Amino acid sequence: MNAASTSAPARQGRFRSPTARQNIFGWLFVAPFGIVFLTMLVLPLGYALYLSAFRKTLIGGTHFVWFGNYTKAFQDPSFVSGVWFVVKFSLVLIPLQMAISLAVALMIDVIVNRVARFSRLMIFMPYAIPAVIGALMWGFLYSKNFGPIADVFGAFGAAGPDFLSSDLIFWGLVNVVTWQWVGYYMIILYAALQGIDPELYEAARIDGASQWQIALRIKIPLLSRALVLILVFALIGTLQFFNEPKILQNLAAGAIPDDFTPNMYAYQQAFSLANYNYGSAISFALGAVVFVCVYAFLFATRKRGSFLS
Amino acid sequence: MTARVASTGRRPHRQRYLPMQILLVFLVVYFLIPFWWVIVNSSKSSAGLFGGGNALWFADDINYVENFKDLFTYGGGIYATWLMNSALYAFVGGIGATVLAVLAGYGFAKYRFAGRRLAFAILLGAVMVPTTALVIPTFILFSQVGLTNTIWAVIFPTWLNPFGVYLMHVYARDAVPDELLDAARVDGAGEFRTFLQVALPLMRPAIVTVLLLSIVASWNNYFLPLAMLTDNRLFPVTVGIGLWQSTASTYGAAGGQSLWSIIILGSLVSVIPLIVAFLALQRYWQGGLSMGSLK
Repeated sequence: MNAASTSAPARQGRFRSPTARQNIFGWLFVAPFGIVFLTMLVLPLGYALYLSAFRKTLIGGTHFVWFGNYTKAFQDPSFVSGVWFVVKFSLVLIPLQMAISLAVALMIDVIVNRVARFSRLMIFMPYAIPAVIGALMWGFLYSKNFGPIADVFGAFGAAGPDFLSSDLIFWGLVNVVTWQWVGYYMIILYAALQGIDPELYEAARIDGASQWQIALRIKIPLLSRALVLILVFALIGTLQFFNEPKILQNLAAGAIPDDFTPNMYAYQQAFSLANYNYGSAISFALGAVVFVCVYAFLFATRKRGSFLS
Repeated sequence: MTARVASTGRRPHRQRYLPMQILLVFLVVYFLIPFWWVIVNSSKSSAGLFGGGNALWFADDINYVENFKDLFTYGGGIYATWLMNSALYAFVGGIGATVLAVLAGYGFAKYRFAGRRLAFAILLGAVMVPTTALVIPTFILFSQVGLTNTIWAVIFPTWLNPFGVYLMHVYARDAVPDELLDAARVDGAGEFRTFLQVALPLMRPAIVTVLLLSIVASWNNYFLPLAMLTDNRLFPVTVGIGLWQSTASTYGAAGGQSLWSIIILGSLVSVIPLIVAFLALQRYWQGGLSMGSLK
């Protein structure tokens, strides 16, 4: 790339072959992001892979262990139970979130009035709240000291459920995350619904279709692309679960150990125990698990249209 | 005919959907309860908070002024510093990410350069890489060049937003006609002028959306600054409140009591800027958020 082509791209451009222009300017536009991509993604990932091939011991110093840290991780009950927890959590949470956001989107799509508009905005609001603050707010509501749950159940002479206990923390967290994300997913689905040609509904109605049939046979199939997108986001987000359990950890005495999720475990290894090699291995293994899960999912649903198509 | 079907179909709907509307109102109540709790309880003194009064209603004395004073004077006014830091990280991080995404998205959409398909496939793969998996290795890299515990440790990683690039690509592909760009070139405009004066204005709705999404993501970020920063004067508000909360929990009811009322008010104050931004920018994001899921 010479100086002349940057200073006078217009005049040069017309005489150059179109392919050269496409090459030079295409890369020029992409390059700034490309640099960030290389330094903030490729380099750290490569470095994590490199670090994870070593192990530090008190007596032996640092030595090369090939994939030793990974075989260790996949045999480490802390890591395995963390992965198992986030997978279980995703299986409960994601269908629930999708069902609620889809139901709300379909409802506000047919009820076109002020109630619908107001609800849309209010249900979306938690998206603007940092996960940390959202978890904290629900932590207050769950808490025996400040929360209303004890008051409400106390009025009936019963002990309220303790969502911060180890038995119910799973549901306590499901509730926090559902509350936080349903509105965002609902807005995506609602906007997709707005993009559907209303003549389709009109035609179906003339053929005698009910609102239920229109929703099931026309709207939901046409939303499949948006639903796949939401599912992918929810999956990526949930598998790297960290913020909410980290915040509730202080309030839920003992119910959330340091190895509750893979990310919390990696954090503990790296920052509490200064065990960077093993922490990197866990990070990398988690990244690989997420990547494989999402890629497999997208591949399975590729006919419905997604990133890959 | 169609008009009549539509009009007769519309009117009875109002009543027929009444059960749904009631259901929606119940849902709205559920979604607003945490906000209500915070608004009510940030008005209480610590005595009112622990006094066992109604958790969902105001105490007899409204203590907002006192709590505000405490919030902004505690620890030498550190809370205001945290808010400013959050704003700094959100804007510098969000604007940087958006500029890079706009340029790259436009490049991918409008130029057929060598290696484009491969580069784009790698980009899509990167959307699936969880950002938290990068935090620990990035921390170690930064610590070797002395970048940890600086504002850049939080800002640089925020600039990476592959999904933003994808969104801009989709939008530029559909909203910026090639004919228009060619016409500008024939008129003698250079590539960058064509981009700035022809393409950029057409991409405005997508730019606002990507900017808003990036700002929210970095305002809400917790894991990255928690890992990168140790100096509490550099904390964003999320990490700061997390710190107060763990302090208050550790000291229990004894030493922590006075801290709880400022934690609650601090939570409330920290969510106001983004809520205001979302309400003010409704027009833009409501349509923009569906980008990438339609076509």
